Amino acid sequence: MKGERIKIGLLCLLLVLIDLITTSVARTYYLTQLTMSLYYTLVVLGLVLLMGYAGQISLGHAGFFAIGGYTTAVLSTYNLLKYKDSAVVKVSSELGLLTLRENLYGEQILSFHPWIGVLLSLVIAATVAYLIGIPVLKLKGHYLAMATLGFGIIVYRIVLGTPIFGEADGVSDVPPFVILPGLSISGQMDERRANYYIASLLVVVVVYLMTNLINSRVGRALRAIHGAEDAAESAGVDTAEYKLKVFVMSAVIAALAGAFLTHFNGGIGPSEASVMKSVRYVAIVAAGGMASIWGGLTMAMLLNFLSLRGYFGQYDDAVFGAVLILIMLFAPEGLLRVNPAGLLKNIFKRS
Amino acid sequence: MLRIRNIESGYGSIKVLRKVSLHVSPGEIVAIIGANGAGKTTLLRSISGLLKPWSGQIWFRGQDITRTPAERIVKLGCVLVPEGRQVFSTMTVRENLLLGATVRLKRGDHGEIERDMNWIYSLFPQLADRQNQIAGTLSGGEQQMLAIGRALMARPELLLLDEPSMGLAPNIVREIFNYIVRLRKELGLTVLLVEQNARSALRISDRAYVLETGRIILEGPSEDLLQDREVQRAYLGRDLDRELE
Repeated sequence: MKGERIKIGLLCLLLVLIDLITTSVARTYYLTQLTMSLYYTLVVLGLVLLMGYAGQISLGHAGFFAIGGYTTAVLSTYNLLKYKDSAVVKVSSELGLLTLRENLYGEQILSFHPWIGVLLSLVIAATVAYLIGIPVLKLKGHYLAMATLGFGIIVYRIVLGTPIFGEADGVSDVPPFVILPGLSISGQMDERRANYYIASLLVVVVVYLMTNLINSRVGRALRAIHGAEDAAESAGVDTAEYKLKVFVMSAVIAALAGAFLTHFNGGIGPSEASVMKSVRYVAIVAAGGMASIWGGLTMAMLLNFLSLRGYFGQYDDAVFGAVLILIMLFAPEGLLRVNPAGLLKNIFKRS
Repeated sequence: MLRIRNIESGYGSIKVLRKVSLHVSPGEIVAIIGANGAGKTTLLRSISGLLKPWSGQIWFRGQDITRTPAERIVKLGCVLVPEGRQVFSTMTVRENLLLGATVRLKRGDHGEIERDMNWIYSLFPQLADRQNQIAGTLSGGEQQMLAIGRALMARPELLLLDEPSMGLAPNIVREIFNYIVRLRKELGLTVLLVEQNARSALRISDRAYVLETGRIILEGPSEDLLQDREVQRAYLGRDLDRELE
């Protein structure tokens, strides 16, 4: 536990150092992709908890990310002016839940405050995860993978085919999320560093909570479920309850990342909900060594940053697919635990 | 303590147990012997709630537990030591024992749990030396002790043991069986023991049932079954008829 505290301290230090270095060499634009990577890292961390520790695969986590992003995107952009005489809008307005602003084209827009959007996105993601989790988590292995994949596809087709979600265009012109006066989630240049630190803080907090959780009674129960579900049950662990809780928790983390990143980017498109995104998250968790917070964190930052900087070019999705295959074949323990001599021997033996 | 009436159970469409009835009185050691595939494990899985019976009823201490979820049954005091031990192999010995106390940890009597753990270490000194060792690296006998210790952490009144002798050397089997007798003597524990190793099981038990293709075909005091010709021929590897010829 003490070792974990030191690691978290080092992580904070590293995050600050990255900012100082990029700023001092006038490369602050790197911070934009780093911030985005940090949000994707949140999704991966939630998935590490679900897959690595509890042993339950999800090929639908992009769906939860999209639920978070689209909920706040729609709520904070949908113009309620034409309904301003309806009771619901009036009450919401009285309660101070609405904001009036002007969009890019000088049009007046009355919509929900992003606070409402973000909070509701978490509530909706939790509810959806809970409702589909109850039947789906009874499945194991390939069947669970197929069911979560199905869920991901459903979310993707819904956002792609529904006018309110902007169909193939997605939702754009999403306003900044003003957390406090003077502090907002947005892609504005002058708020770049502040946003980098907000995202960093979220990641550090999630890492801290996760390390605590894993070393607690709950964490032991999760690892027990992973190891031997029957034995866990006969030891008195309510496996169904724990699996459901961790599934909901990781879905909420994904939705949180989706909601924040949507305000940061000023919009969201259907590709965020695509199956390839889900595969990408799973590939990163595997590359990080499954049950490893630090491995997952490192791989998520590295691979997402490279991808967002365009290093993989048109082969972006192919790279993540290849990563998944190669990891499974040659480094099932994750990239950080590879023993080079053993790996060479392994490849040699295969050929 | 435990009463089972006309239990039928199985997997998918395959019926394994056919109207099995039995009872276990407080303080008894009862053995269920039978060949591979007779339904012994299925029976224990049904009792402990890992498998929902198709029909029939199970009572534990007067309470109907036929449809009770597994973790509630543990809480009531009926704990299974699963087949093949199934220790949590990536966790330490200590963590395995703490997991056994899951149903008690919620109530927060941590001091008492520490005391129980120390008691288990004094019972199984081999485990005490390996508290922080990863359970997967223990020997088979040590893993069996850990599995029993883990079950004891839930403070059971009835212990269900599924093939504790599986894959163990004969002298280790003897050691494990001695522990079972000791647990009854020291804790007043009631034990339902399922075994393929019929001779050892009959020696330490008070009564026994013989399970064959999902049916109880014989029941009686273990001493009598040890002398029974049919049991000797089928389960003890001794053919009296031929010996007398």
